[in-house]
Amino acid sequence: MITLTINGLRASVEKGTTILEAARFLGFPIPTLCHHEGLSPYGACRLCVVEIGDGPGARLVSSCTYPAEEGLKVRTASERVIKARRMVIELLLASCPQSKVIQDIASKHNVRQQRFRQEYEDCILCGLCVRMCEEQMMAKAIGFRGRGSGRSIGTPFDIRSDVCRLCGGCMQVCPACQLRCTYTEPDKAVCGGCANLSPPCVEKEQFHDMMCYMSPCVACEIRKD
Amino acid sequence: METENILDIIRKSQGKAAIISILEDIQEKYTYLPEEALRLVATETGCSLTDVYGVATFYKAFSLKPRGKHCVSACLGTACHVRGAETVVAEFKGQLNLQPGETTPDNEITFETVNCLGACALGPIVVSDGHYHANVTKREVKDIIKATREGTHGSGGASKDYEFSFEASCPQCGQSLIDAAYRIDGHPSIRIDVMTDVGTGWMRIPSLYGNFVKILEHAAPEDALLTPLCPHCGANLQGKLGCLECNAPMGTMNVDGGAGIISICSRKGCNGHILTLNGATI
Repeated sequence: MITLTINGLRASVEKGTTILEAARFLGFPIPTLCHHEGLSPYGACRLCVVEIGDGPGARLVSSCTYPAEEGLKVRTASERVIKARRMVIELLLASCPQSKVIQDIASKHNVRQQRFRQEYEDCILCGLCVRMCEEQMMAKAIGFRGRGSGRSIGTPFDIRSDVCRLCGGCMQVCPACQLRCTYTEPDKAVCGGCANLSPPCVEKEQFHDMMCYMSPCVACEIRKD
Repeated sequence: METENILDIIRKSQGKAAIISILEDIQEKYTYLPEEALRLVATETGCSLTDVYGVATFYKAFSLKPRGKHCVSACLGTACHVRGAETVVAEFKGQLNLQPGETTPDNEITFETVNCLGACALGPIVVSDGHYHANVTKREVKDIIKATREGTHGSGGASKDYEFSFEASCPQCGQSLIDAAYRIDGHPSIRIDVMTDVGTGWMRIPSLYGNFVKILEHAAPEDALLTPLCPHCGANLQGKLGCLECNAPMGTMNVDGGAGIISICSRKGCNGHILTLNGATI
């Protein structure tokens, strides 16, 4: 067992537990975006930053990937943490403002404005779908491609992958597609996101071993009518 | 594309761990990474195609599009940039009618820009098929493209190997021997006086290291020995060294204000030369 202090509260956790898990066990809320139970920690969104250590040696780490250490002192809501977290939220808003998940996080942390150049990306490269596909669906149909500003997620050669079973798991976990509103210009205020999506289960007959994680599934609902 | 070739490459290596070197070998063979090759690598090594594709798109050295027979890379690093690499790149774009990263329609030349070649002192640098062109100007672009298409780099009499220009001065009076008004191959020439059987006249050689064609005021046979003299102070420039190629005496000049010494064979038809810079002989 490892004993660490979170916000002044001592806690004993098992070896290998991350700070995030320990803090949640004690009831301290830490916002997350790219973290998902059942998927390996990735540390992409940096929303779960916490401060560890004392005085000048104190530093910010992502709690979802940092394993608990003996005698570690963690602050989950210090001034520095809040400032960094708000900055992360602003950056997320700057790249993907139409995401319901990001909007909710922003509203919860009282971020009403962001100061960067506004973009309307479809993807924040959180890697949730890639991990979902590999770790839960055992498919590895999608992955990261390219690098730097050209980095994207998709299938090899941008054609449908042989190993994709159209399970929809990637869409289910995605914080940007989920209820994505295509509202990007003020005069197009009507959300048409779900109607434009072509949900995978339209081709359901062809795939006997297919799993579906969309509930309720838009396509199934449409087909009922 | 032949499946056997690729299978050979894969079998030679150590599977999953060697994926980058497998892709390098395939690219060397086919100039790019064909889709079928990547699929084959994935099935043979046991990696997922997604991972193989991720690696292939991550590294700039790999190309998924067919490339030309010849590759020309222009450096756009900081040093080359401030020395005017932008205009050189613009000239290449105009003459080849393509954007960096593209290949000419006849599949001959792929032109790309790189960020640094590590030879900043020679900038702007252009590399064509592994051959370095130093201090490239807009005017030289046409010649580089021509030489690349014909594959004539480094062959023929006027070798461009190790070519770079230098300043020469008299070791006695220290005055410059460079004659900017008389240019050879677009570079200022070095002018000294020479004494031959016929009399004394000027001799000019290019200020480019690597090619010492001697141009004389009075014609002389190829094996004639020329006694070099400084045109300013009249001192005899003949040094103690003998030519490594024909054993004739050599004329000696200071290079770049005394940073080095260059010795050039005094036989008219001999290209023998020795350059010593900062104590090191090149």
